[in-house]
Amino acid sequence: MNGANESANALELHGLSKRFGALSALSDIKLSVGPGERRAVLGSNGAGKTTLFNCITGDFPPSEGSIRFFGEDITKFPPHERIRRGLRRTYQISLLFTGLSVIDNVYLSCLGVSRGRFSFIRPRRSDALVATAEELTERVNLWDVRDTIVSDLSYGQQRQLEIAMALSGAPRFILFDEPAAGLSPTERRELVDILTNLPSHMGYIIIEHDMDVALRVSDYVTMMHNGRIFKEGKPAEIEEDPEVQALYLGGDDH
Amino acid sequence: MTMEDFTRKIDASIASRQGKKMWIERIPAGYWIVGFILLIMPSFASDFVLFQIFGWTFILGMIATSLMFLAGYGGMVSLAQMTFAGVAGYMVAIFGDSAIDTISQGWPWWVVVPLALLITILFATAIGWLAVRTEGIYTIMITLAIAAAFFYFTRQNYDIFNGFQGFNSVFPPRLFGVNWRQPLPFYYMTLMWAVITFLVALYLSRAPFGLALQGVRDNPRRMAALGFNVTAHRVAAYAFSAIPAGLGGIMLTWQSAQISPGTVSIQPAIDILIIAVVGGLRHPVGAFVGAFLYVLLKTFAVDVLIALGLSGDRFQLLIGLGFLIVVYISDDGLLGIWEKLRASRNRDPLTGERRG
Repeated sequence: MNGANESANALELHGLSKRFGALSALSDIKLSVGPGERRAVLGSNGAGKTTLFNCITGDFPPSEGSIRFFGEDITKFPPHERIRRGLRRTYQISLLFTGLSVIDNVYLSCLGVSRGRFSFIRPRRSDALVATAEELTERVNLWDVRDTIVSDLSYGQQRQLEIAMALSGAPRFILFDEPAAGLSPTERRELVDILTNLPSHMGYIIIEHDMDVALRVSDYVTMMHNGRIFKEGKPAEIEEDPEVQALYLGGDDH
Repeated sequence: MTMEDFTRKIDASIASRQGKKMWIERIPAGYWIVGFILLIMPSFASDFVLFQIFGWTFILGMIATSLMFLAGYGGMVSLAQMTFAGVAGYMVAIFGDSAIDTISQGWPWWVVVPLALLITILFATAIGWLAVRTEGIYTIMITLAIAAAFFYFTRQNYDIFNGFQGFNSVFPPRLFGVNWRQPLPFYYMTLMWAVITFLVALYLSRAPFGLALQGVRDNPRRMAALGFNVTAHRVAAYAFSAIPAGLGGIMLTWQSAQISPGTVSIQPAIDILIIAVVGGLRHPVGAFVGAFLYVLLKTFAVDVLIALGLSGDRFQLLIGLGFLIVVYISDDGLLGIWEKLRASRNRDPLTGERRG
């Protein structure tokens, strides 16, 4: 697949920087995530986590540095080309099609990476994309509300829809941007189940403020602070690290 | 998926299939009534009504549908739709027959009509390629500039477009031995193409292309994050919109048997926008409703004023007033008014709740 290499790292960032005018949102980020690896990125607000995602998906081009996706240099690719190579993301602030139904949203996300994007023919019920969309809707527990217009969904349901859309069309690597934010405890448990039950070849990076969720669904943790990588380690190490505790977990009370 | 889930899904799919009627049963009653009236119209309507009122309504409705498709589904307001129609009309005059035999090539209609449409699609693709890089008011400005440029170009170019005079005696082909410019054949010809345009626009709203276009309208950034090439989708929408606009332009040229710069000037370009907005952008029927109101006002405003004992030359004022009222009381033209009436009829007058 265009120089892509399955044995290479899923994601490899090299010297990645992003400046907005004088503000340096990311500086010299070096990060490698192996295929199938699950990585949590932690850090306080303004640490540059979402900017990192925006650079990886191409929403904003980085100021410097390179991004390799399964060995292929995608630094200069437009967003849709990255998505078609198997990269997916969810958004912290839901970016859904609020005027369309749940199933239409999932269908569109399946359509985006299929060949039928420009088709003038309406899909039949037996259509493979429709079937995939239905299966995904089922998987994130939204089957009962599949015909509901998205603006009528609860916040938690909208977050689940985000996940269904990220899982469409054979993703190889997913970026989850605070998927647990605003979810109820029950919904959090469902989210952890969905994430831990993903096929093992499907790696991801998850940005999450809820340490409970983040440490349970990741193999490895990267801490960011002020646009830099500050510490990396296994979940247990990070949890025990005094510097991390002082900086991120609010110091003494932990 | 567990066995339980699976049976649940099967049950649901059986239930949905039982609830599904034959496609012919699902057509709303209103469509049957309007369709029937339009079909038998020639049995009671005069030639003037068939040719001038309905023929013109169907043609303008098709051109307005091309705008409804771009603006309603795609969120792109274009003032170039009349220009697309004009390009097709000019091409028919240039490659086909007209009184200007020094320019007109006199090729047979089955070459000329497809060629005219093809050139219009290419033209629209180029315009779309320019226009989709902009948003909102800037799209309007770019397409307005293109409409103006094409108008002045046709007026000043004598080698191809025959300048100010344009082309006259541009007649439809005598297919099946019928003179298609006679009111009755012309009525059915324009009706047929209007119905096709309407049904295709309606059908596309739920087809992948149309659905993706609505996604692009609502959230272009998210569409890119789903793997869609937003720019390509928008350009394709422009190219597609050239087909109903081009067909409308060809029939408009046949109807008046001429095309000249006046057909593609700024005023008609704006009229198409007025028709689409006054009719309503959320459904393809709006384009035809708007066109009907426009044609009625254009044709009868003078008579109404004279009947009221006023001077006839203030008829533009009456037209403007009519449009102003529609836009003022509704957020989506005449369709919006219709929706409001229907919603209030379905509401219980005491509690204001929606009835089952």
